[in-house]
Amino acid sequence: MSNANQQAVARYKNNFLKEVEERVEEGHWVKMCMQCGVCAGSCPLGPAWEHTPQKIFMMIRAGKRDEVLQSDSMWMCTSCYNCIARCPRKLPITHIMHGLANYAHRLGIAPKGQPTREFAVMFWKNLTKRGRTNELMLTLSLYFANGIGPGIQTAMNMQKIGLGMVLAGRLNPMEIFGGHSVKDLKGFHAVLAKAKEIEDRKKGFAA
Amino acid sequence: MADIKYAAYICSGCGIGDKMNVAGLEKVAKTEGKMAVIKNHPFLCNAEGVQMIRDDIANDGVTHLCIAACSRRSKAEAFSFPTVAVSRANLREGVLWVVAEGADHDEVRQEMAEDYVRMGCAEVKKMKLPEGNPNKGDAQNKRIMVVGGGMSGMTAALAAAEAGYEAVLVEKTGALGGFASKLWKRVPFSSPYAEPQATGVEEMVAKVTGNAKIKVHLNTTVAETGGAPGRFTVKLAQESGAVSDETVGAIVQASGFTPYDMAKLPELGGGQANVVDQAGLEALAKTANGGAIKRADGKEVKSVVFVQCAGQRDETGTHLSYCSGHCCATSIKQAMYFKDANPDVDTVVMYTDLRVPGMGEDFYRSAQQKGVIFTKGKASKVSGGDSCKVDFTDLILDEQTSIDADLVVLATGQVANAGVNLDAWTEVNTAAEGGNEEAKVQRTEMKTISVLNLNYRQGPDVPQFKHGFADSHFICFPYETRRTGIYAAGPTRRPMDMLQATEDATGAALKAIQAVENASQGRAAHPRAWDLSFPSARLEGCTQCKRCTVECPFGAIDEDEKRFPVFNEQRCRRCGTCMGACPVRVISFENYSCDTVGMQIKAVNVPDEDEEKPRILVLACENDAYPALDMAGVQRLTYSAYVRAIPVRCLGSVNTIWITDALNGGYDGVMMMGCKKGDDYQCHFVKGSEMASYRMSKIGDTLKQMGIESERVVTHEVAITDNARVAKLIDDYVAELDKLGPSPMKGFG
Repeated sequence: MSNANQQAVARYKNNFLKEVEERVEEGHWVKMCMQCGVCAGSCPLGPAWEHTPQKIFMMIRAGKRDEVLQSDSMWMCTSCYNCIARCPRKLPITHIMHGLANYAHRLGIAPKGQPTREFAVMFWKNLTKRGRTNELMLTLSLYFANGIGPGIQTAMNMQKIGLGMVLAGRLNPMEIFGGHSVKDLKGFHAVLAKAKEIEDRKKGFAA
Repeated sequence: MADIKYAAYICSGCGIGDKMNVAGLEKVAKTEGKMAVIKNHPFLCNAEGVQMIRDDIANDGVTHLCIAACSRRSKAEAFSFPTVAVSRANLREGVLWVVAEGADHDEVRQEMAEDYVRMGCAEVKKMKLPEGNPNKGDAQNKRIMVVGGGMSGMTAALAAAEAGYEAVLVEKTGALGGFASKLWKRVPFSSPYAEPQATGVEEMVAKVTGNAKIKVHLNTTVAETGGAPGRFTVKLAQESGAVSDETVGAIVQASGFTPYDMAKLPELGGGQANVVDQAGLEALAKTANGGAIKRADGKEVKSVVFVQCAGQRDETGTHLSYCSGHCCATSIKQAMYFKDANPDVDTVVMYTDLRVPGMGEDFYRSAQQKGVIFTKGKASKVSGGDSCKVDFTDLILDEQTSIDADLVVLATGQVANAGVNLDAWTEVNTAAEGGNEEAKVQRTEMKTISVLNLNYRQGPDVPQFKHGFADSHFICFPYETRRTGIYAAGPTRRPMDMLQATEDATGAALKAIQAVENASQGRAAHPRAWDLSFPSARLEGCTQCKRCTVECPFGAIDEDEKRFPVFNEQRCRRCGTCMGACPVRVISFENYSCDTVGMQIKAVNVPDEDEEKPRILVLACENDAYPALDMAGVQRLTYSAYVRAIPVRCLGSVNTIWITDALNGGYDGVMMMGCKKGDDYQCHFVKGSEMASYRMSKIGDTLKQMGIESERVVTHEVAITDNARVAKLIDDYVAELDKLGPSPMKGFG
């Protein structure tokens, strides 16, 4: 168990709802769910999830901390916003799902090898490195995520599209050497560091 | 009595004159109807037409008139002539608008119209002008007695007093306030519906005791109630043994409820330590007085679980099968007691369906904001003790689980204090009257829970509906009981919360005022509140069979020592169920009797078999079925011109003589149309359509003796919106009778 997770368990004891309210984005909405199930019925991926949003909220109230945070359900959300549009209690369900996923990730207990999680990490690293997404590198790291063989295979399959994009000026092969960055890269990293510091303080991660 | 002069007025407006031979109708009124004055007018309901009729009444001595124009439900104001007897022949909605267009139908249309004129003339000749209850002088008392000094009772007394009527408030205990006075706070009545409010009971008690128009009797019960609206005599028994008499005009029964006994719920911890019902929690909250709530053993409550629907909505038949409506909001309120004193207290409301009527949804949200946890689950077992445990099925996560708490609150629901169940009473009373000693003891025992101790023939309290609440016409007349002049208010009528009870009580008080005013003027109470007719019986023909006294839906008829019926006119609602019940036909109203309808049936010209024109009698309840027939006309739906419809006050007033008369007279079929009966009845007189249905179930033997197929008499339940359906019912029946062939009685009549 990660250090952050141990600290969270010690801090909130069995009150998982309180933990969610204080540390998960939009988590203070969870208590307002009235269990009507409209979100569960509206979700186009509903059958693919282990737990619907309705169940996730009920599990939070029931204190099922590990089951919620280790679930891959929130990672399955495609942000279609059907649930938000339909929730009679106006809960920002999509945001709460992402908030829960993010929180589980921070605690280091989110499911390992979960594709959405892996891609999100990859994207974040790519983006924050130079303040701009390096699309070529992002694509290649995605292709080679499962090893060299499958990477070459995928790249070969996609070469026609890749060449087309290069010819159309939508993909720069030079990006392979690192690509371009924002003007003030140092300042950009400072902004991120400050934002993290503020968030940690707000959510009680600091110290 | 002044000379009688009959007149018929035929309107040729609205297209009647274009489609019908008005001269032919006049001829019928003259030669067959034997009317002395016959006039037609192209626009009878306009000022000129009405003036013509008024002039004839004033100058020509016309005392009985038949208006052949539109339905009796139309132009009631224009054709209101209160000094004479009036019948209406329905040529517009009943003929013009429902008979198919075209020359092919001219003959049947004219025959139908002529029959309606014959019927209108025949009816008016048997009618008398209703003069109001001759005994109204005895019924001038306008005081209103309220039984029960809780929130409903106090509200009713105040409402009556504020409207200028004296109120007598009778309370069994030593103080006013009832159940509400046991509460710490109440559910909010007004926006923003977010916080529990002070109950306001003390202010209300002060208002009641300070009101000069309200006389309060504490420690008092009702020992006996007799009489009728406008003249109830009540014996009040005080705890000290003293008896006092009061005379009142109407009664509001606000006898409230008792919480369902949680001792009947041992599986949910009823009776165990630290398991309380909602009333028990109110007591703990009152003791805490806004501070931390402590259990009976003095320990501060840090976690509490509210178990909703405890012994309610029970499908096994063991406990209450209904929802009491208030308990979800009450538990929400009680959870707030804990959260407001200490937000760290764990409060869980365990529900299967959270039901918060009115603006309760806002209150529910407010509780969620305060951090009350709502768990959708069904408790299977509660263990009390120092640490309580609730085993339950989580209905969202679909698992068996449990939750620990310092205190468990059971939401047990309301049981009406509606007095004696009259069905059980009747059985015991009959046995007791037959000399059964055991039944006599049982009868005395039963009466101990009576609220009103009525000395009525049908029993000591108001009749109950399913689940033991006072019966009331749920859709149209919610405050009515089945005892005229006695109105039920609050949770004795149906389960409800305090806000609903106060609204209910205000409504009941206003109905009580209406009842005393109607009684003082010799008129019926609702739904025939304008009606000045009253039932009278030719007692020399009475066989003391007691059917009228037993079948009256309103217990209006008592029996004297010789077992003759005693009509308490003020209790009567003029439905005519007694008239329908009477096997020797001695009961009648001035303007509605076996003869007024019977003569109409006989007035119809029934064609011979070889003419192949069947005749079908439709007896339609004037509350729903007859309006539906009219509406079919308004919508220009067509139905067979072979039917002849007669409105009746209620199917309960249909005397079987009408059916046998019709069939003997050669009618091919009889259709009866009345309101829905049963548990979700819509009959305006509660039991009328049920009585009719019961009587018709017994008519088969009579038909067999007459050699008539049972299909020739049918009964239908018709709602006021069934206009398309009635037209179809008629046409289907005509087709069915066509297959059956003409009545074997044709030509013998």
